[in-house]
Amino acid sequence: MIAGLGVRGLAVKRGERRLFEDFNLAVTAGEAVALTGPNGAGKTSLLRAIAGFIRPEAGEVTFAGADGTLEPDEARRGGVHLLGHQDALKSNRTARDELLFQVRWTGGDDAAALTAAETLGLTRLLGLAVRHLSAGQRRRLALARLLASPRPLWLLDEPLAPLDTQHRALFGALMAAHLAGGGLVVAAVHDPLPIATRAVELGA
Amino acid sequence: MKALWLIFRRELALAWSGGGGPLLAIGFYAAVATLVPLSTDPSTHNLAAVATGIAWVALALASLLSLERMFERDFEDGALDLLMLGPASAEAVAAAKCLAHWTAAGAPLAIAAPLAAIALGAPPSLAPLIFVTAAIGGVAFAFVGGTGAALALGSRRGGLIIAVIVLPLLSPPVILGGGSLTAFAAGLPWQTGLLLLSAYTLGAAALCPFFMAAACRNALS
Repeated sequence: MIAGLGVRGLAVKRGERRLFEDFNLAVTAGEAVALTGPNGAGKTSLLRAIAGFIRPEAGEVTFAGADGTLEPDEARRGGVHLLGHQDALKSNRTARDELLFQVRWTGGDDAAALTAAETLGLTRLLGLAVRHLSAGQRRRLALARLLASPRPLWLLDEPLAPLDTQHRALFGALMAAHLAGGGLVVAAVHDPLPIATRAVELGA
Repeated sequence: MKALWLIFRRELALAWSGGGGPLLAIGFYAAVATLVPLSTDPSTHNLAAVATGIAWVALALASLLSLERMFERDFEDGALDLLMLGPASAEAVAAAKCLAHWTAAGAPLAIAAPLAAIALGAPPSLAPLIFVTAAIGGVAFAFVGGTGAALALGSRRGGLIIAVIVLPLLSPPVILGGGSLTAFAAGLPWQTGLLLLSAYTLGAAALCPFFMAAACRNALS
C-alpha cells in the first residue's frame, strides 16, 4: 500500500532533448498534485517515469509504505493506476468485457466494477461495443477502473479533457473521496482540477 | 496463476474475434497449399513427394498472419501500459499472449495440416505425425513470431519487418519437422527429428518471453 511518493533529482531526456533535470516532488497520502507546464515541458514523461516506463537519466522515484520504503516495481504493480491520453480500450469488445478485464487485472472484483459503472452513469452503455461510445463515455469507462480496483496512486494525464461539465464535477467529487481515503493523485493538467491541489510547474 | 488465466482468456478472445482468428489462418493456409500444385506439374507422383514440405511451408507462412496484431494493438491503444502494471510480470504476459495466439491460430492449423498434406498426396498413415509435429512446431512459431512482433513495435508497416525477422528463425522447426516426416515416410528413424523439434520449441518458449518483455519495455520507454 503506497502512502507516499518521492521523486528526487529526476532528469529525463527524450531523444537528444533534456526535458527537465533535478526535479523534486514529494506527495503524501491524501494529497493531489496538479502538474502544469507548456506543451512539451515533460508532464507526460514525468508521469511515465513515475510509473516506471521511462528510465530517468538521473535521480530516483521512491514509494513509501506504511512501514518503510517499498520495492519500486512491486509498488507499481500493486499500487499505481496510470491513465494516459489513450483509454486502453479495445474498440471491438463490449464496454462490459473491457471494464471487467481491466478491473480484474488491476486487482478489483466484478461487483466493484459494476458499482463504479453505475456511479459514472455507464450501466446502460455496458452492452455496447467500445467503438460506439463517444470520447467522453470511453474516458468515463477508463475512469471506472480507477474507482473499482483499489490502488492508492493515481497518475492521470489530462483526465478531464473529453468530459462534459457535469462529469468533471462528478469526477472531482470521486477524486476528493479517493484522497480522503488515503489516496494520492498526480495529474498533468491544463485546466484546473475541481479539487484542492498543490500546483507544480514543469519547465518554469 | 489466476492473473495468467485472466490474460490468456482476454488474448484468446481478442485473437479469436479480431480479424486474425482460426478461419482466417485456415483460409490462408488452404490458399497457399492450393497455389503450389497450380504452379507446377500437378501429377500425383510429383506432388506426393513434396506434400509434407508444402504443408510445412504453408504452416510457417500462415502463422505469420496475425503476428502484427499481437503487441501492436495493445501498444497503439495504451493497453500495453495497463498490462505492464498488472499482477503478472511482462514476461508472463508475453508468454500468455503467445499461448493464446497458438490456441487461436496454431492449433487449428495443426488440424488443417494433415488434411492439406493428404489432399496433396501424402500417405494417410503420416497424418498423426503431421498433426503432432505441426502442433509442437506451431508453439515455436508463436513464441519466435511473438518476439519478432515485439521487436517491430512502433514501426510503421511492422508486418513486413516481422516477416523478415521471423521467417529465418522458423527454418529450424521447418527443417526438423519436415525432416522427421520425410524420414517416417521413408521408413527411417524419425524420432530424432521430433525430439529436436520439441527441444527447439522448449528453448523458444523458455527464452522468447524475456526478449519480448525487453522489447516491450523498450518500445514503451
